Amino acid sequence: MLEVSGISKRFGGLQAVREVSLTVPAGGITALIGPNGAGKTTTFAMIAGFIRPDAGRIRLSGQDVTRLRPDRIAAAGMVRTFQITQPFAGLSVLENIRVGAFLRHAETAAATEAARAVGQRLGLGAFLDRPASALTVAGRKRLEVARALATQPRLLLLDEVMAGLNPTEIHEIVAMIRDIRDGGVTILLIEHIMQAVAALADNVYVLAEGALIAHGTPKAIADDPRVIEAYLGRGAAARLAAHA
Amino acid sequence: MKPVLIAAAVLLALGPFALTSQSLVNIAMLTVVSAFLGQCWNIAGGFGGLTSFGHTIFFGTGAYAAAIMQTRWGLNPWLALPAALVLGAVVGAAIGAASFRAGLRGSYFALVTLAFAEVFRVLSNSLDFTRGGLGINIPLGMGAANFQFADRRATYAVALVLLVLATSAAAWLKRARFGAQLVALRENEDAAAALGIDLVRTKTAALALSGGLTALGGVLYAQTYLYVDPSISFGVERSVEMLLVAMIGGAGSVWGPILGAIVLHIIADVSRAWIATPGFAPMLYGVVLLVIIGVLPRGIIGVWERWRA
Repeated sequence: MLEVSGISKRFGGLQAVREVSLTVPAGGITALIGPNGAGKTTTFAMIAGFIRPDAGRIRLSGQDVTRLRPDRIAAAGMVRTFQITQPFAGLSVLENIRVGAFLRHAETAAATEAARAVGQRLGLGAFLDRPASALTVAGRKRLEVARALATQPRLLLLDEVMAGLNPTEIHEIVAMIRDIRDGGVTILLIEHIMQAVAALADNVYVLAEGALIAHGTPKAIADDPRVIEAYLGRGAAARLAAHA
Repeated sequence: MKPVLIAAAVLLALGPFALTSQSLVNIAMLTVVSAFLGQCWNIAGGFGGLTSFGHTIFFGTGAYAAAIMQTRWGLNPWLALPAALVLGAVVGAAIGAASFRAGLRGSYFALVTLAFAEVFRVLSNSLDFTRGGLGINIPLGMGAANFQFADRRATYAVALVLLVLATSAAAWLKRARFGAQLVALRENEDAAAALGIDLVRTKTAALALSGGLTALGGVLYAQTYLYVDPSISFGVERSVEMLLVAMIGGAGSVWGPILGAIVLHIIADVSRAWIATPGFAPMLYGVVLLVIIGVLPRGIIGVWERWRA
């Protein structure tokens, strides 16, 4: 579905992302994890067209989308959410979702219907007529996903939808993401919480200091000493092994 | 509640036709023209957040189009309406494409439109084509066929048609996809782009629509006063009045500019009756704008909505 090959980005003296390559197979959930500051969000922004990569190629179902604007990429079927939620604050929840639905529906009645259906499916049914600014953090995260889903994407890019949520809310949102995957949407998600990812992803890429350091199933990743060191610091894997 | 409001609006709109005093009809006409221009500004500034400080560019373009078409080419002034609509839209599209491609928004966009208006004023002041600072006199020739009305009620009727046209455009924005995308861009550009909205094209189209409609107001002005000059056409005061009308009433709402025009004209006329000092009205506008921004960011309509909720 998505093929990223060798994308890099430098901000002044900082090499934020260095030759990252990854593949997102259709129909599954792929995760990109890494400690804070690893370059996850920059990688994501490059894939979605918000930041131009200095080098590398991005292909969506074979189509080169490397230099396309974000709105063109969304129209091509790849839609992102934002880690810091970006609701249209002056609009109701339904109107927010409908902005996404308008990408595929020219008629207002059809878009409204589609938006209502997506809202109900993602558990926002009771809040559709409330202002988006009145939602809780968990509600806003859901709204981010609902809006993106309303554009009927083939590939959904989720940027830390679990950050800032409590364990119950994380549990619910994990179920919601599975449900979206089961509906036929391929998912690439960024998280820095490993546990949440382990429950969800088929396939995990680990980013540290701007470069990929590991790739595999959640189980293999959790045992990888390079990953443990990236999260816990140099020598941590050896110390953990010594304690075991 | 709603049918009552609509009945009251229709009554208020048709009332002036029953008036015999030309000066009262004149006040009604000026108020409707203000409401119309405010509504035009609202389409771009209210719905799209394109806070133009130079909207008189389009007004002046329409006024000069009417004057030049008649005096230079001997064309019927009614033809100035479609011509102004197209010209205003082209100017709006050009300014929009240049500004939005460069990523200008908010106060930067406001400054650029202000600068464009000044450029238009200086050009019309120095070019032979526009007869420079002398301005253009449109020869007197009363008659409906010549778009010159002795009876102010006829001018009022044309203004009313324009207001209905612009308000229908605003009502359409409120319902249609284009309007929803415009509002989404106003609220959050990144989120809107992520959902597939073409920023440059949408905003440019909004400014073109607003510009085309605004230019119609310029034609009506030229045909009413039979004289245009650079400062009437491109002076900053008219731009300010347009945005003030929309903001007092409630920018981004369908009925806001109409309410705003009524309130602003009551304030202006009452103050003029009391204080004759020249320059007092612009100063008062400034104060009103400060109060609106500080106390009623969503205008009179905002108060109404909060009271109803």
